[in-house]
Amino acid sequence: MSSRRYSPLPGFSLTLGYTLLYLALIVLIPLGALFLRVATGMTPAEFWELATSDRALATYRLTFGASFGAALVNAVLGTLLAWVLVRYEFPGRRFVDAFVDLPFALPTAVAGLTLSSLFAEPGWLGRFLVPLGIHGAFTPLGVVIALTFVGLPFMVRTLQPVLGDVETELEEAAATLGAGRLRTVFQVVLPGLAPAILTGFALSFARAVGEYGSVIFIAGNKPFVSEITPLLIVIKLEEYDYVGAMAIAVVMLLVSFALLLVINGLERWAGRFAR
Amino acid sequence: MAASARRRPAATAKSRRGLEEPPWVRGLLIAVALAFVALFLLLPLANVFWQALGHGWGVAWKALTDDDTLASVRLTLLVAAICVPLNVVFGLAAAWAVAKFEFRGKTLLTTLIDLPFSVSPVVSGLVFVVLFGMQGWFGPWLDERDIRIIFNVPGIVLATTFITFPFVARELIPVMQAAGSEPEQAALTLGANGWQTFWHVTLPSVKWGLLYGVILCNARAMGEFGAVAVVSGHIAGLTETMPLRVEKLYEGANLAGAFAVSSLLALLALVTLVIKTWLERREEREQRRAQAAQVDGAGVDG
Repeated sequence: MSSRRYSPLPGFSLTLGYTLLYLALIVLIPLGALFLRVATGMTPAEFWELATSDRALATYRLTFGASFGAALVNAVLGTLLAWVLVRYEFPGRRFVDAFVDLPFALPTAVAGLTLSSLFAEPGWLGRFLVPLGIHGAFTPLGVVIALTFVGLPFMVRTLQPVLGDVETELEEAAATLGAGRLRTVFQVVLPGLAPAILTGFALSFARAVGEYGSVIFIAGNKPFVSEITPLLIVIKLEEYDYVGAMAIAVVMLLVSFALLLVINGLERWAGRFAR
Repeated sequence: MAASARRRPAATAKSRRGLEEPPWVRGLLIAVALAFVALFLLLPLANVFWQALGHGWGVAWKALTDDDTLASVRLTLLVAAICVPLNVVFGLAAAWAVAKFEFRGKTLLTTLIDLPFSVSPVVSGLVFVVLFGMQGWFGPWLDERDIRIIFNVPGIVLATTFITFPFVARELIPVMQAAGSEPEQAALTLGANGWQTFWHVTLPSVKWGLLYGVILCNARAMGEFGAVAVVSGHIAGLTETMPLRVEKLYEGANLAGAFAVSSLLALLALVTLVIKTWLERREEREQRRAQAAQVDGAGVDG
C-alpha cells in the first residue's frame, strides 16, 4: 500500500477530515448513542426481558417470516424478470427495464397506500381475489405483498449484470454434449448464478426487515397478528416507553449489521465467480 | 464482443436449438414477466392517479390546495433543499479522499458510508430522539434554552440527512476512481491551484455521476416516511412532510385527499425514473463510443 504522501494531488487532509467529521456527526455518534444508552440504562436481564416480550417475539416472527417469504418470491420472479430482460428482445423491453426501479423511486407511503387499495375488496385486484378467499389487505399476507414490492429491484438489479456477463461457452459445451435446453439451464446456468441469486435474496431480505412505510398502510397492524417490529418501536415511542423502544431498536440494529456482514461475504463470493 | 459477433452468423441452426429456448417457452416466459410487471408495478402506479382523480378534479384540487397540504409541500421542499446540498458537499469530499488517495482503513470507511442503507428507517429516526428528545441526552439542556429539535423541523432535517447520507458519495466514488488522477496532475503541472483544478477539471468530469446521485438523493429525501414519522410529532401545518400528510389524510378517512397528495409524490417518482434512465442510457452510449474508439485505434496500430 503506497502512502498518500506520494500522491501529488492536494486536499487529502481537508477532504478526509471533513468526511470523517460529517460521518461521525450524522451517523456514528447517533448510532453509538443508542448503544451507549442501552448499555448504561439497563441491565442485561432487563434488556433481555424487553427485547423478548411476547409481543416483541410475535413481531419478530412476522417481520422475519414475511421478509423471508417476500425475498423468496423475488428470488423466483425477480430471476425470471432479469432473465427475460437480459436474454430476450421484445417490444417495450427498455421501458420495462426502466420501470423495475419504480419501487426505489416511489415513496413507501404511496406504495403502501396504493397496494392496500388495490388488494382491498373494492380494489382492482381485491374484487377478484377476495371472493376467492385471498385477503391481500389488512392481513399478514399484505405484509408479504408490500415487502415483495420494495425488494424487487434489489433482486433484478443484482442479477442483470451477472446474467449479461455469463459466458455462453459453458452453455454451448453442454448443448454440444447433447444436453437439452432445460437441462442446460437448470444444471449449468442456474448453478453459476447461485451466488448472485443469494446476494439478491439477502439484499431484498435486509431491505424488507427494516421496512416501515409501505407495510403499515396494508398490514392492518393488529398486535400479535399483523404488527411488524418497526411499528412496535414507533408504538413504544408514542407511549413514551423510550427504554422499550431502544431495546427493540438495538435488536434490529444488530440484525442489520449481521445481514450487512453476510451480504459483504456473499458479494465477495459472487465476485470470485465473475472475472 | 467482436469475437462473439463474428461467431454468431456461423452458428448452425442445430446448435442454436440447444442454446435457446423454443419460441413457445420464450413467449411464455416473456408473458409471465410482463404480466408480473403490469400487475405488480404498473397497476399500483395507475391506481394512484385513478383514485386521486376518480372523485373528480374538484375533490383532488381542494385536497391539494388545503393550507395544511400546501404547508407540507413547502416543508418537503425545504427539507430536500437542506439535505441534498449537505450530502453533495459530503459526497464530493468523500469521493475525492477515497478515489484520489491510498490510505489505511479505506474499505472500512466505504462500508461505514453505506451503513445508513442497512439501518431501518424507524431506527434512523429513533437515534435522534435518543440524542435530542426530552428524555434524550441533550434534551434537558436544549429545553432550558428553548431549543426544539425533536418534533420540529431540525429533527426532520437530521433524520432525512441520515437516511440519504450515502446516495451522492456511493455514486461519485466509482466515477472519480474511473476518471483517475492524471487530468488533475496535468492541470497542477500546468500551474492551476487545487481549487481551480477541482472546479475546472474534476467537477466537469463527474457531473453526470453527480447529477445521478443528486436525483436519487432528492427522491428519497422528499419521499422518506419512517425516519421522519418518528421525529416529526405530526403537527399539521408545521412538521408534516408530504408523505406524513398522506398518512394523516388516510387516517382521517379522506382517501381522495390521501391519493391526491400521493399523486404528486408519484409524479416525483416518475420524473426521477425518467432522468435516471436518461442518464444511464447516456452513460451506455459514452461507453460504447469509448470502446469503438479503442477498437479503431487498435486497428490503425495493427
